[in-house]
Amino acid sequence: MKKFMKLASVACVAAMTVSATTMAAEEFKIGGIGPLTGAVASYGISVKQGAEIAVAEINEAGGVTIGDTTYEFVLDYQDDQGSEDIAPQAYNTVMDNGANVIMGAVTSGPCIAITADTFADGILQITPSGSAEDCIANDNAFRICFSDPEQGVAMADYLIDTVGISKVAVIYNTADDYSSGIKEAFEAEFAEKGGEVVASEAFQTGDQEFNTQLTTIQGTDAEAIYVPAYYQDATYITKQAADQGMELPFFGSDGWDGVLGTVTDPALVEGCIFTSPFCASVDEEKTVAFVEAYQEAYDAIPDQFAADGYDCVYTYKAAMEQAQSIESADLIAAMTEITVDGLTGTMTFDASGAPIKDVLFVTVKDGAYTFVE
Amino acid sequence: MALLNSILAQLLNGLRIGSIYALIALGYTMVYGIAKMINFAHGDIIMVGAYALYVFVSILHVPAVPAVILTIAFCALMGITIEKVAYKPLRNAQRLAVLITAIGVSYLLQNLALLIFKATPIPFGSIIKVPSIQIAGLTISGLTIVTLAVTALIMAGLTLFVNKTKIGHAMLAVSEDQGAAELMGINVNRTISITFAIGSALAAVAGILYICQYESLIPTLGAIPGIKAFVAAVLGGIGSIPGAMFGGMALGIIESMSKAYISTQLSDAIVFSVLVIVLLLKPSGILGKLSVEKV
Amino acid sequence: MKKYGKQILGCVAAIAVYVAVTAAVNMGVMSRQMMSLIVPVCMNIMLAVSLCMVVGFLGELSLGHAAFMSIGAYAGALVLKSGLPTVAALPLAVVTGGACAAVLGLIVGIPVLRLRGDYLAITTLAFGEIIKSVFNAATPITGGAGGLKRIPPVTTYRNFTFVYVLMLIVIVLVSNLVNSRHGRAICAIRDNYIAAEAIGIKVSLFKTMAFVLAAFMAGMAGVVYAGNIGILRPGNFDYNTSIEILVMVVLGGMGNITGSIIAAALLTLLPELLRGLSNYRMLVYAIVLIAMMLFSNSPLRRMLAEKRNMRQADKIQ
Repeated sequence: MKKFMKLASVACVAAMTVSATTMAAEEFKIGGIGPLTGAVASYGISVKQGAEIAVAEINEAGGVTIGDTTYEFVLDYQDDQGSEDIAPQAYNTVMDNGANVIMGAVTSGPCIAITADTFADGILQITPSGSAEDCIANDNAFRICFSDPEQGVAMADYLIDTVGISKVAVIYNTADDYSSGIKEAFEAEFAEKGGEVVASEAFQTGDQEFNTQLTTIQGTDAEAIYVPAYYQDATYITKQAADQGMELPFFGSDGWDGVLGTVTDPALVEGCIFTSPFCASVDEEKTVAFVEAYQEAYDAIPDQFAADGYDCVYTYKAAMEQAQSIESADLIAAMTEITVDGLTGTMTFDASGAPIKDVLFVTVKDGAYTFVE
Repeated sequence: MALLNSILAQLLNGLRIGSIYALIALGYTMVYGIAKMINFAHGDIIMVGAYALYVFVSILHVPAVPAVILTIAFCALMGITIEKVAYKPLRNAQRLAVLITAIGVSYLLQNLALLIFKATPIPFGSIIKVPSIQIAGLTISGLTIVTLAVTALIMAGLTLFVNKTKIGHAMLAVSEDQGAAELMGINVNRTISITFAIGSALAAVAGILYICQYESLIPTLGAIPGIKAFVAAVLGGIGSIPGAMFGGMALGIIESMSKAYISTQLSDAIVFSVLVIVLLLKPSGILGKLSVEKV
Repeated sequence: MKKYGKQILGCVAAIAVYVAVTAAVNMGVMSRQMMSLIVPVCMNIMLAVSLCMVVGFLGELSLGHAAFMSIGAYAGALVLKSGLPTVAALPLAVVTGGACAAVLGLIVGIPVLRLRGDYLAITTLAFGEIIKSVFNAATPITGGAGGLKRIPPVTTYRNFTFVYVLMLIVIVLVSNLVNSRHGRAICAIRDNYIAAEAIGIKVSLFKTMAFVLAAFMAGMAGVVYAGNIGILRPGNFDYNTSIEILVMVVLGGMGNITGSIIAAALLTLLPELLRGLSNYRMLVYAIVLIAMMLFSNSPLRRMLAEKRNMRQADKIQ
């Protein structure tokens, strides 16, 4: 197998030298880890595709030149099935293939399962979307997305201070760390600010039936429903709420991004507000170009995972240029000095590895995403 | 009144999901009763049915009624094919061998769907458009009524089919004693094929109702209803047609009630605890026959 | 000599594998991907061999093996996180994990005495799902959905010797048991429990014993899992995990310990060896699984086996 990989990479290099003709570029290998199969495959695939767009863009623009060497980016993306059991194997496979930096893992659990190893190897690890706090516990690990508590707190403040809602019902995924992580921080902050969580309804990964939870919420005096979960869940929940004739406003977490692509009728999510740093229909030059390239390549509208993957690749580029090196130790040191002007906002990184960027609120207006003023 | 209303609403929620469980459980039960195997790929046939309907309606633009018929036919054919290729060669092997092959088929179908239709959920608008009705402040959606009606019809039809037709009798005979049935001139292979066809057709119906209810397609959509329906079939007594019906409904209602009035977090634990308790009290399910072992 | 031939062969094989793996790791000829598979392979062998006892020898289908593993993993992880020095914590964790799983095995053992066949299978599956739900809800102890994190990495491939010895203990325990008087009693129950009862075998006792012992060993495997991955999440111990272990046992030829060992190693390595196929990986895995099941029960295979038996019979004559 190893032999085969070697052959394959030799073939790739050969192909690239032919196409690049003028310059023999060195490879800078990004080892990507995320789910390509299994229940959460769509997140991993999105990250991979977003990253591929960035890699193609950077290479087309001549790669990254450090000293007198030019580096071409190569993405080696391995499937972890969204499972802690498989992530170490995926990580070690990309290391066998000679990864310079690690992009991943996409989901929190698998990400945490490899942090000890990446730390021991001293390699720069940036997770595009691993939002649990432990993902970046070590000095070599950074992230692009918000942390779970950050979002929950931001939404609690927003609901009380800006929207003026004090009674809210929460629907969350009890089997998912992302969802329960946000929910815990949200409920604590909401209570602290004098609000009341009148119903806290759980579901399990893969559940499609939410009528019971919604009927329960109907029996309370909730003024809004907060759903820190992914867009598939949001699709089912908003549809079934509409079927029940409920008219409560919906609020969500950044997992909601992409919901317009999966609902049958945009009216179902009209007016919902969720925390997200990325919005595919925003009229910014960068975003428009990315969405166009993505649509051309994959015939789909990119979601926030794709944007995270894209930004992650540009973060490596920024770190390389800052450090003038491809050694992980130099890159890690450079991480806190760079500013990345990405699709998900302009961000810098603090020493803990967290990105410093604004939490933005996105709403659906007339069937399209827009930022809330 | 408000409490009563909410209890009624939750009962309805339970009945609706329960009737879908019942439809799937019927397939499990028939295949189990006749081929004596737990068809782990049954849940994935639901997924195939849902995607097939999507392909016929949204891509090939077939009108709704022929699309439904085509979907059911496609799944029935698929059921027969799977049986012929993957299960039939193992008919005389250990029973567990065929269980593992069924798991393999389940992986195969899921990963095929993942490759063909990708992981991103596909939205698909319901093809069943029946207005909802209001009774005493209770909204009953049109789809709920359709689901309940279809389930009841299928249940009645299936009972008649098994008890009144020649093929039905053949099925009963094969289920009772395969060897003796063969000696009586019953074509066992054909009977088993028909069973798989019917079971898969039922899964297709469940898939159609399911997708009209939830309006979103993912490759793993059959996994959870599949396992829940399996539990329902065992709860009612696997191998028994009324048992599957009853088990499905009971499971739906227990699930809904425990989510509504006990804990949403522990509802799965409650459902499975009920199952364990029922089996301890009645080891072959509520309506199952206890087979007496002869020495 | 004839009598001990098999044991000697087993010992030689065990030592040879150990020497080969250790040498490969230390000399750096093994790829990192393969090194990260060493512990999962050992762990899956432990799980498969212990389940083999229940499914293969006792003849009862259990779909809840992952539950025993999860109890062991959580209990062991809590011991490992207690701050004791590794030398003391690791053996203690293994024993605690095993013991906790055994207690659960005893509880599950009660329905085992009453139910048979598929009804038992679904009951064990139900137990597994109940335990998963409870772990998910018991956030203060288990960390809930976020998982139990920062478990000291004490059973990684760097600690191969310990894991390997643990695995050997499980294999030796099970193979000695099934060849003993008790083991024959267990097999008798499988073949005909009425006859077994009639000749005075205590069916209840042996059934419970097999279940508890298998649970104990699965619990130990769980501790190995915890110390290797470093994070435990309830979702990883669902019925699919139990089914994966079952697949190993069935593929290995029910009631064949050597077969279980080979199948466990093969099925752990297979998805990794298929990485070159990228998107088609799990699809090919499914097809290979079906093909292997069909082949191992095909007339061709039966013919080959018969031929071999005939040849052996000739030799004896």
